[in-house]
Amino acid sequence: MDDENNIKEDLDFWATNSEESGWNISSTDEGSQKMLEEEDEKQIKIQTGSDVVDDYVYNEESTDDERMIVNMGPQHPSTHGVLRLQVELEGEVVRRVKPVIGYLHTGMEKTGEELAYFQGPTNTTRMDYLSPLFNELVFSLTTEKLLDIEVPERAKAIRILMTELNRISSHLVALATGGMDIGALSMMIFGFRERELILNFFEKTTGLRMNHNYIRPGGVAADLPDNWQKDVKEILKVIPEKLKDYDEMLLDNPIWQGRLKNVGILTTEECLAYGITGPSLRASGFSWDLRKTQPYSGIENYEFEVPLLSDSDVFSRWRIKVLEIFESLKIVEQVMNTIPKGAYRIQDKKVTPPPRKRLDESMEALIHHFKIYTEGFKVPPGEAYVAVESPRGELGCYIVSDGSSKPYRMHVRGPSFCNLQALPVIMADSPIADAVAAIASLDPVIGDVDR
Amino acid sequence: MSYETINVDINQYYETVENFKKEGYEMMVDLTAVDWYRKREPRFQVVVNLLSVSKNLRVILNVSVPDESLKIPSICEIYPGANFFEREVFDMFGIEFENHPELTRILMPDDWTGNPLRKDYGSGRIPVQFKNAPKVD
Repeated sequence: MDDENNIKEDLDFWATNSEESGWNISSTDEGSQKMLEEEDEKQIKIQTGSDVVDDYVYNEESTDDERMIVNMGPQHPSTHGVLRLQVELEGEVVRRVKPVIGYLHTGMEKTGEELAYFQGPTNTTRMDYLSPLFNELVFSLTTEKLLDIEVPERAKAIRILMTELNRISSHLVALATGGMDIGALSMMIFGFRERELILNFFEKTTGLRMNHNYIRPGGVAADLPDNWQKDVKEILKVIPEKLKDYDEMLLDNPIWQGRLKNVGILTTEECLAYGITGPSLRASGFSWDLRKTQPYSGIENYEFEVPLLSDSDVFSRWRIKVLEIFESLKIVEQVMNTIPKGAYRIQDKKVTPPPRKRLDESMEALIHHFKIYTEGFKVPPGEAYVAVESPRGELGCYIVSDGSSKPYRMHVRGPSFCNLQALPVIMADSPIADAVAAIASLDPVIGDVDR
Repeated sequence: MSYETINVDINQYYETVENFKKEGYEMMVDLTAVDWYRKREPRFQVVVNLLSVSKNLRVILNVSVPDESLKIPSICEIYPGANFFEREVFDMFGIEFENHPELTRILMPDDWTGNPLRKDYGSGRIPVQFKNAPKVD
């Protein structure tokens, strides 16, 4: 007993480098492993890992001994996060798939019920971390619908500008990781390289590269930075050039075509039955884009087309993302040329805090500021559902208000959550090598799946 | 985009959804629930969001779930996409969906007790005990 105490004190001395033993050090014996003086054979076997019991029993009577269940994930590089798939294999052919999710569940809908409306975007922006601005947009639009307010034209234009840039950056990641999964590693480097341009612009505008909290109920957090046109022009110039490079590299590439064409078929009927929206639906030959059919935030004022492909395979789902980037670039260019002057957030004292400068001059402004940031603004009772077209499909937000300054219930309809249900359909009866391509083509973001 | 909100009785729920499907609402977009704890009777309300892509219409159905049984028919046979959403509601609110192909927890671990999105389920303050650390209350 004495010996043990001595060892502990010694260890404390070396850990803290002082005679006084800190309470946190002495109370844990982490790192104070003692070597065994005599190690028996069993111990050595356990330590070296050769103590494996062969408990495999060969059953001659079983007929489907060709079938086995393999766990793919949660920590698998090509499952895009912590997605786990239980795959039933017959030889090399996938027979059944069961997606197991929830490894990234952090209870964000519950958190949303405890944050005031002006804090809400901070929470929702972390859901789909590749397209954070869409999450903020849909939350803000729902809140504004409940409040029955209309944001100024400039705020609308800024919102469209930022979200369409976000669509480009999100699609670039989808292309990059999709290429990486197939083995086109240069595609990964290229995609992330071009995305950096957009993220730099986001950093300049919002202060952060992701989780911006930029679009808020009542407008946006700040105006665009000085000379923002220069950065956007750079993006408009560089990205189309680079997309041409991708096409040169991949479009006619026989390996790329061989891996992706006629693989992972998802027809329109299946898409509609499983509620799959976004690029996957459009790649199956069904034209449905919420930007056209149920426009939001003034996107109907800009001219663009909805790309449509009808092969419904992984190749079309890859290709349609490239085409959508071109359309988003068109919108960005139009916004840049036509953005109106004016306020970037609504001039409604109920929702908008006073400008920072006024706080030093006016007592009322200080009280007003204090009220909004402690209590928040009250939202009339009711319920609202608003959907926007996120890079992955219909992103919806359903808020029930009970008249207080916090949502009574905040639910986000994540497109990835729904799209994931198509995985068993896509992957069934296809070789295991195509499974990775199929997952990448759906482009699930696990933050959005688990919320 | 405006939409219609319809209150549906639980006995007519399955038939109503079937009829909407026949009328051309091809897609079930969203299914969730609201807990009106101590605010309304009955306590739970299931909210189903149907979308017609051919007619560009949206409809939201509100269904009250009886407190005694907490059971509601599953619409997985009409819309296979409802599978995950119903599992999520089962997980988060503890509402049972009858005739669901596989009604298990989806986001929380299988051995979890309680339904996190209920209003009487507290949030935060789960004690974390580190190995051998002194106990702090």
